[in-house]
Amino acid sequence: MKRNVAVRVVGPMGWIVLPALSCVVATILLATPVKLFGLHLPELVFPMVLAFAWPLIRPSMLAPAVLFALGIFLDIFWAGRLGLWPLVLLGVYGVVLAGRPLLIGQETPVLFVWYASATTVALTVAYAIVGIGAGNAPSVLTFLGWLVPTLLLFPLADRMVERFDDGDVRYR
Amino acid sequence: MAFRDGPFENLKVPLVWTAVGAVVIGIVAAVLLLLSDRRDGASPYGAVRNGGDAAAGPVGGILAAPVRFVGSVSDAIGGYFFAVEENRRLKAEIKELQPWRDQAIALKNVNARYEAMLGIRTEPAVPLARARSISDARGPFARARLIDAGSAAGIAVGHPVINEHGLVGRVIGTSGNVSRVLLVTDVASRIPVLVDRTDARAMLTGDGSGNPRLEFVRGFGSVQSGDRILTSGDGGGLPRGLPVGVVARGIDRSWRVKLFSDRAAIDYVSVMKFQDFSLLVPPEVLSAPPLAGLPDAPPPASGSTAVAGAAR
Repeated sequence: MKRNVAVRVVGPMGWIVLPALSCVVATILLATPVKLFGLHLPELVFPMVLAFAWPLIRPSMLAPAVLFALGIFLDIFWAGRLGLWPLVLLGVYGVVLAGRPLLIGQETPVLFVWYASATTVALTVAYAIVGIGAGNAPSVLTFLGWLVPTLLLFPLADRMVERFDDGDVRYR
Repeated sequence: MAFRDGPFENLKVPLVWTAVGAVVIGIVAAVLLLLSDRRDGASPYGAVRNGGDAAAGPVGGILAAPVRFVGSVSDAIGGYFFAVEENRRLKAEIKELQPWRDQAIALKNVNARYEAMLGIRTEPAVPLARARSISDARGPFARARLIDAGSAAGIAVGHPVINEHGLVGRVIGTSGNVSRVLLVTDVASRIPVLVDRTDARAMLTGDGSGNPRLEFVRGFGSVQSGDRILTSGDGGGLPRGLPVGVVARGIDRSWRVKLFSDRAAIDYVSVMKFQDFSLLVPPEVLSAPPLAGLPDAPPPASGSTAVAGAAR
């Protein structure tokens, strides 16, 4: 007798398109000109979460293309040089994709070390590119002010990996 | 047949390689974009940027509306409860400023006389365009804002932007109804300035922090903490004398400037439709002798001539 097995298929809409749109919305929301207790809203690079989580969830041709588009959006929205954020995001994606065989099934602390390392290296490369392009090094303290909040986004990446990893039985 | 033995059995390897291919193509494209782009008005992708700004502007305006509403309600409540204290403070301030006003009127009169005597060609009045900040699109390595006035209001790339306290930045991109302002704190910002006390020249260089650096200060002892910094107008990009901020020592022992424009939230701004004075005036007028500015003396009356001759 044939048994009916519930097969959960998570399409690109669920793990690529909707998270990407969420990042765009969150980035725009954080650009609201508001000061709380004399401080601006934090400057977070939300797509860094996707650049880390997507290659762990599943290799895909669509994910790098969407990351590229997200990077272009960040460049235009933040008035940076075109190409900077696509390069940074795809760099993280490529590194994590290369380390995927080592990372699959690892504990959360190991994933955090990888996330922190990849994000730190990527933002340092961006720091160098911006510094060379402008002929002027950005403030190191300010750089840390960008890096630390982005590192604090790791729980989102971890949640995404748990939510969508092996979500489609065809890739088990 | 088991599912793993089906047509998806060999999907994993091609997927990885296609993903790697997409990453490589994306990185190459990103590097090419990076090498070919610039952040100032000379960017070859200016139309793309302006289109993005034109789309982001209305969204930012909608998001900023509730923030402004809450701010205005908060101001109204604060104004109601602190009206007496505010009134007392304003009266004291008026009393303090009245002698300054009288001095300013007297100095303005003397200055106008000197200008006429020396034939100094002062800069023409700069028309202003008012705008509101609708998006604080700051990100890592970028300090910029969108304002809700663009080329339709006569704003062009390079125009300086000020608020009621001082210099905010300059326009680096315009579309129909939205402009992008590069703040003086941005890494790419360079503003020629002078120290009010000593007239020493320097360069105000943004580094992404809230207090830009003061570099290339000329002269020994020409700057100290508390000095006022103004725009020097050197290079013709900005008018001379716009208030910028006050000098302070940074924690890295470099000279930094506390910006006047940070005294309050940057909400309403004025865009100065400034053009280099030397480009507005014909070169032969600029090269005229200094006393050419004086009006010609009227011809002496015949009676006074006769009196002068008789006296001799």
